[in-house]
Amino acid sequence: MLRFLTRRLVTILVTMLAVSLLVFIATELIPGDVARVVLGREASQASVDALRHQLRLDEPLAPRYLHWLGGFVTGDWGRSYTLGVDVRPLVVERLLNSATLALLSFVLLVPVALTLGLAAGLREGRLTDRILSVTGLSLAAVPEFVTGVVLLVIFSVRLHWLPSSAQAPPGAGPLTRIQHLLLPALCLVLLCTGYVARHVRASTVAVLASPFIRAMRVRGLSETRLVRGHVLRNSLVPATGALAVQLQFLLAGLVTVELLFGYQGIGDLLLSSATSKDVPALQASAIVLGAVGMGIYVIADLVYALLDPRVRVGRARA
Amino acid sequence: MSGPREREPAGSNRAAGDPAVDGTAGAAGTGGTAGTGGLIVEGLTVSYPSSAGPAVALHGVSLRIRPGETYGLVGESGCGKSTLAAALAGVLPGGGGIDAGRIALDGVDVRALSAREHRRWRASAFAMVHQGTSSSLDPTIRVGAQVAEVCRLAGLSRAQARSRAVELLGAVRLPEPATLARRWPHELSGGQQQRVGIAAALAGSPRLLVLDEPTTGLDPAVEREILDLIQALRRQIDAAVLLISHDLALVARTCERVGVLYAGRLVEQGAAADLLTSPRHPYTAALVAAVPRVGVSRRERRMPALPGQPPAPTDRPAGCAFADRCALADEVCRTSEPPLAPTGPTGSSAGSADLPEGVADLSDGHTVRCHHSIRVDLPRFQEQVNEVAAEPARPGLLTVRGLSRSYGRTPVLTGIDLDIAHGEVLGLVGESGSGKTTLARAVVGLGPHGPGEIRLDGRPLPVALSRRRADDRRRVQMVFQDPDTTLNPRHTVGMVLRRALATLRGEGTVADLAGRVQLGPRLLPMRTPSLSGGQKQRVAIGRAFAGDPRLVVCDEPVSALDVSVQAAVLELLATARDAHGVSYLFVSHDLAVVGYLADRVAVLYRGRIVEVGPATAVLLGPHHPYTHALTTPVDPVPPGRAGQPGRPGQVRRGSTAATGCGYAESCPRRIDGLCDFVDPPLLPLGGGVTTAVHSVRCHLDAADLPVFPPPAGPAVAAAAEDEKPEKENV
Repeated sequence: MLRFLTRRLVTILVTMLAVSLLVFIATELIPGDVARVVLGREASQASVDALRHQLRLDEPLAPRYLHWLGGFVTGDWGRSYTLGVDVRPLVVERLLNSATLALLSFVLLVPVALTLGLAAGLREGRLTDRILSVTGLSLAAVPEFVTGVVLLVIFSVRLHWLPSSAQAPPGAGPLTRIQHLLLPALCLVLLCTGYVARHVRASTVAVLASPFIRAMRVRGLSETRLVRGHVLRNSLVPATGALAVQLQFLLAGLVTVELLFGYQGIGDLLLSSATSKDVPALQASAIVLGAVGMGIYVIADLVYALLDPRVRVGRARA
Repeated sequence: MSGPREREPAGSNRAAGDPAVDGTAGAAGTGGTAGTGGLIVEGLTVSYPSSAGPAVALHGVSLRIRPGETYGLVGESGCGKSTLAAALAGVLPGGGGIDAGRIALDGVDVRALSAREHRRWRASAFAMVHQGTSSSLDPTIRVGAQVAEVCRLAGLSRAQARSRAVELLGAVRLPEPATLARRWPHELSGGQQQRVGIAAALAGSPRLLVLDEPTTGLDPAVEREILDLIQALRRQIDAAVLLISHDLALVARTCERVGVLYAGRLVEQGAAADLLTSPRHPYTAALVAAVPRVGVSRRERRMPALPGQPPAPTDRPAGCAFADRCALADEVCRTSEPPLAPTGPTGSSAGSADLPEGVADLSDGHTVRCHHSIRVDLPRFQEQVNEVAAEPARPGLLTVRGLSRSYGRTPVLTGIDLDIAHGEVLGLVGESGSGKTTLARAVVGLGPHGPGEIRLDGRPLPVALSRRRADDRRRVQMVFQDPDTTLNPRHTVGMVLRRALATLRGEGTVADLAGRVQLGPRLLPMRTPSLSGGQKQRVAIGRAFAGDPRLVVCDEPVSALDVSVQAAVLELLATARDAHGVSYLFVSHDLAVVGYLADRVAVLYRGRIVEVGPATAVLLGPHHPYTHALTTPVDPVPPGRAGQPGRPGQVRRGSTAATGCGYAESCPRRIDGLCDFVDPPLLPLGGGVTTAVHSVRCHLDAADLPVFPPPAGPAVAAAAEDEKPEKENV
C-alpha cells in the first residue's frame, strides 16, 4: 500500500517535471514578446529591453528554466507578468474556486449518473433503458459551450431563475455562491452523465447476468436486497474507472465553462496566462491542474481497491 | 429445528384458507401415505421461446425423491438436466416457462405459490449448489457475511446469523471457521469455495437440495472430499437430494436412484446399482460403456463410440428421440414414441403400458422408455476386445533431462526426466498445481523458461518456441484444454484448418484434414462458436495434425466434455495414433482417461515425478502412496493430521519441502524420522521382466507399496460397497 503510493508519487513528480519543461518550451515557440505585451505597443525599446532583462528573458532557455524550477521547488512560484501579483496565492485562490465548482458538479453527477445507469441496467432493453441511454449519449455528444449557452438562454435570460455569472459578489454567503455556480455545474454534469451512466448500466447488466446473482435469487433474496446488497456494489467497481476518466473531462471542461460563465477559476487563469505568455502563471496552473488530474487516478485506484477485495493495490496494478 | 417455523407462513396460510390444500398438507404432516413426503414432480413440461417455435426442453418428466434419498440425474449436455434444476428453483432463464406439470415438496404445491410465497419457499425449503466453484459467491463480500445473509432470510437476528454462519462453515469441514468467515471468496481454494456454497445452501435447513454438477472442475481428491461431505450431510439433514451430473461413476457412488434424461425425456429410471450395472435402455448402456475405468487400456478394449448428438429441442423427432443414434432402431422406433414402462423381472413389460398417458408412474421400480427393452438385456454397445499384440521396442522420440521451471521465485518443476518413444503415449497425471501444464508447455517451448534439456530424435531443441526451427514446431504440436479460448471465434472451421495447413506446410486439402478428425464437410463453413464442445476439440486436434506431427502434447483435452463426447474424442486420438504413428504427451487429472490412452504414465506431485512406468503397473500398483491416494476413493485424513498443510486440495503450488519427501506430510505410510528428512530417489522397482521400467520415488520397499484395489477389510467395507456397481460392470 505504502509502496504503491510512493511509486505513484514519484510518477506524478516525473510527469510534472516533463509538463513544466514542455510548457516552458511551448511558450518560447509562441510568437510575441512578453515584455512588449506587458508594456504595450507605445513603450520604448529601451524600457522593453530593461523589462526583458529584469524578467531574465534575455537569458538562454536552459538557465532560465533551472532558475524557475529552483524557485518553484522552494515555494517561490514567481510573479505574474501581466497581473503583477505573486503566482502562488493567485493559483491557490483560483484552484479553490475551481474545486468548488468541480465538487458541486461531482456531487450532482455521481448520484444522477449512478441512478440513471442502474435504472437503465435493471431495465435492460426496455423503453426506459433506451430513452436513458440515447438521451445521455446525445447530451455527452454536445460540446459544453453549446450546452452552456442553451442553459444560459433558458434559465438566466428567459426564466431569470439563475444568475448568468458564476462569480458571486464578494462577501456573498454559501447559498448565493452555490446559486451562482449551479448553471456552470449543470453544464458540466450534462456533459459527463451520459458516459458515466452508460458504464454503470453496462456493469449492472453484466453483474445481473453473473451466476452468483442467480444463486442469490435461488436462495430467496428479494430483488431489493439483491440490488442494494450485491448488484450496486459490484457495478460500482468498473464505474469508478469511468468516473476518474470523466473527472479529467470535467477539468478540461472547466476552461470553457469558466470562460463562458465568467468564473475566476484555474481554467480561466490557464487560458488568460497562455494568451498573454505569462509564463510563471501558466507554468504553475498547468502543473497544479496536472497534479490534480493524476491525483484523481490515484484516488480512483484506492476506491477501486476498497470496493473490490480482489484488487491488491500495489501488486497487480500500478 | 428451525425448519417448521420457517415454512409456516406459506403452509399455515394455505391450511387456513383452502380446505382442499389442507388435505394434502395434513397428509404430509402425518407422513402416513407414501404419496406426499419429499419431492414429487409430475408430468413437468418446460419450453423456451425460440425463433423456430417453442423449444421443449423438458417433456413430461415425472420423478419422486423421498426425504433422505439421493436421486441422480444423468444425461449429455443439452438434455435438460439444468433446465429441471432451474424449473425447480423457479428461475428459468431466457423467458422459459413451465407449460404443464406439478411440483410438490412435502405436500406443498410449489407451482401454486405466488412470486412472493415462492421466494419465501426458496429461502426456507429449497437449496441449490451450483456448478462452478466461485460462481455462487459475491466477490466483494466476505464469505461469513454471505452465509449469514442466507441465515437472516431464515429469520435469525443479525448476531444469531453471524454465529450460525460460523457454525455452518464448521459443519462443511472448513478449518478454523471463525477466521475463515472473515476471508474474501478469492482467498479460498476452489474446494473451499464450494464448501462455502454448500454451507449457504444448508443455512435454511432445506427440504430439497439440488446439486447441479457440484464437483465439475474440481480435482479428483477435492471432488472426493466434497462428495464425502455431501454424503455425511445428507444423513443429517434428511432432505430430498437431487444430484445432477454427467459423471456416471460419481452418480453410481453417491445415489440410491438414478434417472437418465435424453432430449428432455426420462428414458430410464431405477435403483442406481441396478440401472448402471444392467441398463435396459440403449442410451444408458452407451453412457455406461463410455465411462473409462482405471485399468482398462485402449490396447485391450476399444471404447464404444456413441455417434451424433441429442436432437435440438426445436426439432424433436416423431418417434423415439434416440432412434437416430441407436443401433437397434427400426421403423416402429421412428414412428411411435415408446412409453416409460416398468421392466419386469424377466424383461417383460407386463402391466406397463396400462398407465394412461399423463398419469405419472412414481413407483420405485426400474422403468425404461424403449420398444426393445426386452432385447436390451446385454449392453448394446459390445465392447470391442483387441488382441494385445506385443509391440516392438520403439526408438526414442523425445528426451527431457533435468528440466526445472519456476514462476518468479516459486519452483514449479524440479529436475524432470522424461522419455517418449515413437508412437508412444505418455500419460501425465497429478492434481492441479502439481506442474502438469507447465511441463506440457515447456515441451512445446512455451514459458516460463528455465534450465534443462529437451531433445527430439536426439537433436537438442531450443528452450523457447521462437528459437525453434519451423520444422521442429511442425513436429511438436499442442492441443489445449479449452478450445473456446484457442479458436478464433470469427473464423470458420475451414479457415482454421486452412491456416493450419498453410503455416505447418501440411499436405492434402482442408476436406481431407477435416475427414481425418471426423468433421463433416457440412461443418466447414460454420464459425467455431456455433460448434459443440466435442466438435471444437476436433477442430483443435485437426489443427495440430495439419503438418504431420511426431509429438502432440494434449493438455486436458477431454476434461470439459460429456462422457459420450469424451469417449469419442479419446477414440479419435487413439485412431490417429495408430494411423500416423504419432506420440502423445497426454495430461489429465482423470486417471481412468489416462489409463485408457497411455502406454506409460508419469505421476507428478509438487513439481517432481514421484512415479513413472507402464500404465497398468502404475495405476494398479504396487505404486507410490500418492498415486494410491489418486486412484482410490476417499482416503480419510488420518486422525490428528487434519488441518495440516499439504492435504489433497490444499496444495500450494511448488511449495516443495526443503528436505525430505514432498509428500511426507500427507502420506499415511510415512516413516517418521526418515521420510521427513531424506528425499527418496526415483528408483526402479526390482523383479519385473518388463522392458519398460517402473520407477517409484519412495522409501518403502516394493512389497510394502499399496496396490489397487485396496484389500477388502472391515475398515474399507463401506468404501468397497460404494465401489460395487462400477466394478461389477468392468
